[in-house]
Amino acid sequence: MILRYTFFRLLMLIPVSFSISVVIFMIVYLLPGDPIDNLLRVGSSAEDRAELVARYGLDRNLVVQYFVWIGNMFQGEFGQAIVLRRPVADLVAQNLPYSLTLGGLAFLFSSVVGMTLGTLSAIVRNPVLDRFMRGFILLGSTVPGFWLALLLILFFSVNLGWFPVSGAGGWDALVLPVLTIGFGGVALVARVTRVALLDAQREDFVTLLHAKGLSSGTILFRHLMPHALLPVVTILALRIGWILGGAVTVEFVFGRPGLGSLLIRALGQRDYPVVQACLLMLALAVMLGTLIGDVAQAAMDPRIREKKS
Amino acid sequence: MLNVRDLGVAFGVVQPLSGVSFSVSQGETLGIVGESGSGKSLTAMSVMGLLPLIGGRITDGSIEFDGADITALPERAYRKLRGGKIGLITQNPMTSLDPLKKIGPQVDDVAKLHLGLSNADARARTIDILGTLRIPEPALICDRYPHQMSGGMKQRIVIAMALAADPDLLIADEPTTALDVTVQAQIIRLLDDLVKERNLALVLITHDMSVVAQTCDKIVVMYAGRAVEQGPVEEIFDRPRHPYTQALIACIPRGLDDATRLTGIAGTVPTVLNYPKGCPFHPRCPKAEAICATDAPDFSVVGESAAACHFAEVAHAEPA
Amino acid sequence: MAIRSLDAFARMSIGRAFASGVGLVAGGFLILLVLVAIFAPWIAPFDYAAQNLMNANAAPGWPHLLGTDEFGRDVLSRVIHGARTSLSVSATAIAISMTAGMTLGAAAGYFGGFFERAVMTVVDLTWSFPDILIALIFVAIIGPGLTSTTFAIAIAYLAQFTRLTRAQIVRLKRETFIEATINLGAKPSHILLRHLMPNAIAPVIVVGMLAIGDGIVLEATLGFFGLGAQPPTPSWGAMMSSGTAQLFLSPWVIIFPGVAVAITVIAVNLFGDELIRALDIRDRLRGA
Repeated sequence: MILRYTFFRLLMLIPVSFSISVVIFMIVYLLPGDPIDNLLRVGSSAEDRAELVARYGLDRNLVVQYFVWIGNMFQGEFGQAIVLRRPVADLVAQNLPYSLTLGGLAFLFSSVVGMTLGTLSAIVRNPVLDRFMRGFILLGSTVPGFWLALLLILFFSVNLGWFPVSGAGGWDALVLPVLTIGFGGVALVARVTRVALLDAQREDFVTLLHAKGLSSGTILFRHLMPHALLPVVTILALRIGWILGGAVTVEFVFGRPGLGSLLIRALGQRDYPVVQACLLMLALAVMLGTLIGDVAQAAMDPRIREKKS
Repeated sequence: MLNVRDLGVAFGVVQPLSGVSFSVSQGETLGIVGESGSGKSLTAMSVMGLLPLIGGRITDGSIEFDGADITALPERAYRKLRGGKIGLITQNPMTSLDPLKKIGPQVDDVAKLHLGLSNADARARTIDILGTLRIPEPALICDRYPHQMSGGMKQRIVIAMALAADPDLLIADEPTTALDVTVQAQIIRLLDDLVKERNLALVLITHDMSVVAQTCDKIVVMYAGRAVEQGPVEEIFDRPRHPYTQALIACIPRGLDDATRLTGIAGTVPTVLNYPKGCPFHPRCPKAEAICATDAPDFSVVGESAAACHFAEVAHAEPA
Repeated sequence: MAIRSLDAFARMSIGRAFASGVGLVAGGFLILLVLVAIFAPWIAPFDYAAQNLMNANAAPGWPHLLGTDEFGRDVLSRVIHGARTSLSVSATAIAISMTAGMTLGAAAGYFGGFFERAVMTVVDLTWSFPDILIALIFVAIIGPGLTSTTFAIAIAYLAQFTRLTRAQIVRLKRETFIEATINLGAKPSHILLRHLMPNAIAPVIVVGMLAIGDGIVLEATLGFFGLGAQPPTPSWGAMMSSGTAQLFLSPWVIIFPGVAVAITVIAVNLFGDELIRALDIRDRLRGA
């Protein structure tokens, strides 16, 4: 059942990834100026130009070009970086692990801490804690990530000297970036968990669970939590994309290597092959995130499994 | 078996229920009737000890079960009663089951918890009970999810959960309201059979007077959080003494050939926040006089039945 | 459900949102901020572009209340002028986004069929992408600057408005009074403009109000990356971007614009929350 569902979800990703790849492919053509020039260093020779045209079939029509391009992408052939003068694939391979570590840790941090806080605030009906949670959630969802990052650097790195200001040296260099990305995530997950738990508590079947003689703890962990997890999983899956988005900013601020900082740098330098590769990777991650979220949700909720497969 | 005396319930300063008394013994069915908002469900929640769940508390009176007062029972001890000695059947079977869990485990839970059965034994028991409730292919049903079943089936599952630990008392809170008419009759017959076969005590909460007439031995008529009339079912139906009971009985449709029009009760049910002074029914009562607006009537007892009406004696003479 | 006309909506609910303590403070602050943005040239104590290298990186004090940046420009004046940039860019972007999203969403919800599916596929596609990525893709195409920032923000939130409007229309279409109007033979344009839109608009406006806050953050982020406002235009994001170089020397250059962003966005959110409460539309926002 769940395999079938996964398969259908995968099928549905095909048109989605196709459209995204077309948009990313088109970037070079929508730019002002000649698309081939956009892919070449300034001052490249006529031979360079001819070689590029031959290699990517740039003299043929757009449809053919797209398929040549996407075929290359599939083989990990991302082209040549204009400014950095290296194969884009190398750049991606070099930066990806950093993004994955940071994203993974931030994801873990926001889900664990967020769900704990959310559950606490839903079951402990304490006005002071409530107020604190609401304030925290508000701050977490409004303060711009890069500014928070700068403040953290100022306070912990410059004033206290606890963590390195930037770079990707050891584990201590990860603390502040993870906190920065996690902050918004924690607030979001806490809020969703809290609302979902409170909603679940109001459901009719909860009365009957009590009437069966189950203890409040059993009811919370065996019955309410799964219900609360449904929306949390959805949010977390969407959050995979947002965490990568957050990583873009945070990597840039902390001067960490990673897809995000690579993308921002490439954008500034108009290094379009790199931009395309980065966007494609990020888009892929977002889609994988939603896929995992959907499948996890279907695994938990029989109603979804049946409706969509 | 169950003996409720002068029960009063409060939510904060609001007092939606007061002065409710009744008792049921084994093999007996007690009907609690009244319009929505009359405090029927609160009575059920009070007996189940689930008032704190919805933010209420018992302020007056006592609930005796098996000879012991359970109003002040600690939560841990109360949990043994719930599902163990007292089974609850709720109103809406569509939302009464956990949609994320299979049917089987949801029913198994009860026997595992209260009878200490192993997984396998609990399942065998579940299948057995589902079978006695005339559910086809009980073993297969156990692997289904609630959303795959019809409303009537779900209500049978809920009944199975209530029965799983062999309780002495069943409380059915509007068990048929959310069901199709044809299924309603089946469920009511099922409950009726269970009472006889298992010698259960059943508290049947409903707003349907015809259901009460078919199944109950005794009846409590509730209005605005109070019991207004109670007694043996024949007595109440033959000689209703409270104008509200009379009106309720007059509302029962009597078939097409009767050529009478359906009647209703004029006015609206008061809500907790505007319970009238004096007799709560006086604003809608055709027989109300000045005293009804000022003084709350006491119960006047005639034979086995009692009615809280200033003119109960007078009304006695003329059956509706 | 009674048909709620737009100006009744405005009078009743905005009044009620102001009625609470939080709503009053947040709303009051926002009004003040808009006034500051409009009258920036008269309020700002200094010329925002006037450089004074002799007095660069001066700590907050007199006469530069919030200090000066690496060119000796007055931070307070730049924050005040930055309000102008941030508010106008975000508000313009959201206005564009809301108009387009409402049109698309209403058409999709009303006409249904293939058109609806096509629109919703594209919308769901962008919906799952973080706003910053969408904005970056867009900036990648048309290049950095305030105009592209504006359109990038507009596109980033288009999906949100389209989804919300469509959800409202679809829900309303099932309501009895709309069915009655349809059965009475009213023209589609009449139903859509006179009956559906007025009823659908309240949640969309509230979300639009909240989105202005998100737009400000997005504008600041793009500005911080150097992809938004270009020097010497003062913008909160761009100020912080140039401030990072002097993070240790003059932290006030990044602290104060950030505080401005944070307080503004918090005020927008608090006031939006009060609006949601006043209008009693929390349930209607949840579905979309």
